[in-house]
Amino acid sequence: MKADRALVLHLAVLAALLLAHFLAPAYHHANLARIMVLSIYAMGYNIAFGYTGLLSLGHALLFGAGLYGAGMGVMHLGLPAGPGLVAGTFAGGLMALAVGVLALRTTGVAFMIVTLMFAQAGYLAILYFGQWTRGDEGIVITRAARAIGPIDLSDDASRYLVALTLFAAALLVNLALARSSWGRVMVAMRENEERSRMLGYNPFAVKLAALVVSGLYAGLGGAAYGLMFGYVGASLASVQYSILPLLYVLLGGAGTVLGPFLGALLMFYIIDYASSLTDAHQFVTGAALVLLVLFAPRGILGAIRAKAATWLP
Amino acid sequence: MDFGPFLLLALMEGLVTAAVLALTASGLSLVFGIMRVVNVAHGEFFMLGAVLAWFVSVSVPGPAPVAFAVALLVCPLIVGAIAALADILVLKRLNYAPEPTIVATIGLLYILQQAALSFFGPDARPVPAPFSFRIQLPWFGYAGYKLVVVAAAGLLLLAVWLILTRTRAGLIMRATQQDRDTARAFGINVDRVYAGVFAMGAGLAAVAAVLIVPIRQAHYLMGGDPLLLSFIVVIIGGLGSLRGTLVAALLIGLSDGVISTFFAPTLAKILATLLVAMVLVFRPQGLFGKRAP
Repeated sequence: MKADRALVLHLAVLAALLLAHFLAPAYHHANLARIMVLSIYAMGYNIAFGYTGLLSLGHALLFGAGLYGAGMGVMHLGLPAGPGLVAGTFAGGLMALAVGVLALRTTGVAFMIVTLMFAQAGYLAILYFGQWTRGDEGIVITRAARAIGPIDLSDDASRYLVALTLFAAALLVNLALARSSWGRVMVAMRENEERSRMLGYNPFAVKLAALVVSGLYAGLGGAAYGLMFGYVGASLASVQYSILPLLYVLLGGAGTVLGPFLGALLMFYIIDYASSLTDAHQFVTGAALVLLVLFAPRGILGAIRAKAATWLP
Repeated sequence: MDFGPFLLLALMEGLVTAAVLALTASGLSLVFGIMRVVNVAHGEFFMLGAVLAWFVSVSVPGPAPVAFAVALLVCPLIVGAIAALADILVLKRLNYAPEPTIVATIGLLYILQQAALSFFGPDARPVPAPFSFRIQLPWFGYAGYKLVVVAAAGLLLLAVWLILTRTRAGLIMRATQQDRDTARAFGINVDRVYAGVFAMGAGLAAVAAVLIVPIRQAHYLMGGDPLLLSFIVVIIGGLGSLRGTLVAALLIGLSDGVISTFFAPTLAKILATLLVAMVLVFRPQGLFGKRAP
């Protein structure tokens, strides 16, 4: 039997991240934990955009649902962090279902604007219902509430390992999904919706399912982000957080399993490096978006897949 | 103040909003109608117009009306030139494919916003009005300048309409809109038309900003609201339909004036945003449009 190159590659990435836990200096150790959590969110974005071809400009709504599902669950219902994480994940999935049922009636440009509008309404609603959401100032999750059983999420080492565990699970599920027959149906929707319909698939159902899976990922990412870093605020549900995963996915390679992580990793350090030179880090984001669509629309892994490694999932 | 005069004031404020909104949104509508490009950076062109007006107002010596007249002429030209450059360097090379184009305009939004922050700074800055006479109504005084804004916006919109329907340039634009390949076959330089239309759309946003900036200050983040409202107006009016855009601008501007006088503005914005999303979902041709876009 031929060795499963793709599986080996993904396991090697996870092993390298585990190794980094012991070797990486404290600063990069903390960065990596954050990048892994953001990558979960970006993987969710990739399932909708990269595989299924749904360019959403409103994923911050799903990320925000995860954040506030966990944050408000912990603050108002007194949930422990573990169930908070689950609540946030399902909040993301549920929100995706609600948005999807409406937004998937549209396609193309209209879909982008509708998702953008829903996310904007969600963001404004967070500000408006400040009584419960604490609007602009945000919810600070206390240290006591940030423990899953004996694991204290405010401790650097356990935070890293929890982030890695969640990231590993998300990555392997994504890999399995991409290689399953269902994953191929998602790609078929992206490539030619009419032909898929003719072959007997229901585009609406497939796209809705993909969006819900995407929402579960975004919700998990949001909930983990809130609980691990102890802060849930409206700024994390703003339009910027819809653009970030798009940027990560475009950079790493849309429709590749490792692309979102690679994109998040590179973009995080590019912005980090640029911030040490100039405070114009928004310029870097903007220039990266323009340059990517102009010169590298397939992203890094997409280009590698096209040139050298066609087996890359 | 009684309810009646209060409502009158709200309506007058709404009319100013509507006038500026109609100008801004007609730029967005023009670009979408002719080029099929959704320009997310449109609000930043508005912001650039206001910020440049501030630079003009501090660097042109002489009385306020002179500086203002210079700003009114120069700012839209500069902003239009920037837009044309963006079109030639970026959008044209993407062949106006919808998804890459929208991503590129998001990138443009970040770049322009950062440029304003770096060169103009984070503070809101006032620009003096060219004149300051007040109209004294029985119940309240009202800044005459605001009525001039409404009149100026009306004249400019009329000019746009005349250009589109009565001139050779307008004919060429409409020909390109209907069929870009046939237009090219008839010797029309489509690339130049596109650059011109993109510049004109941005210029309209910039003019609107120059007109409004004496009333509201210039700030590097001021592009967000006009963008959102323009989207709302253009969608409710029917994407690409200039007449629908005008009607919708009047409707949204007036109701915005009234609603934000009597209710919480955030709630108004939430409801307007959701309404627009629903219009796009259930009636994509807009409330006033007749045919599918």
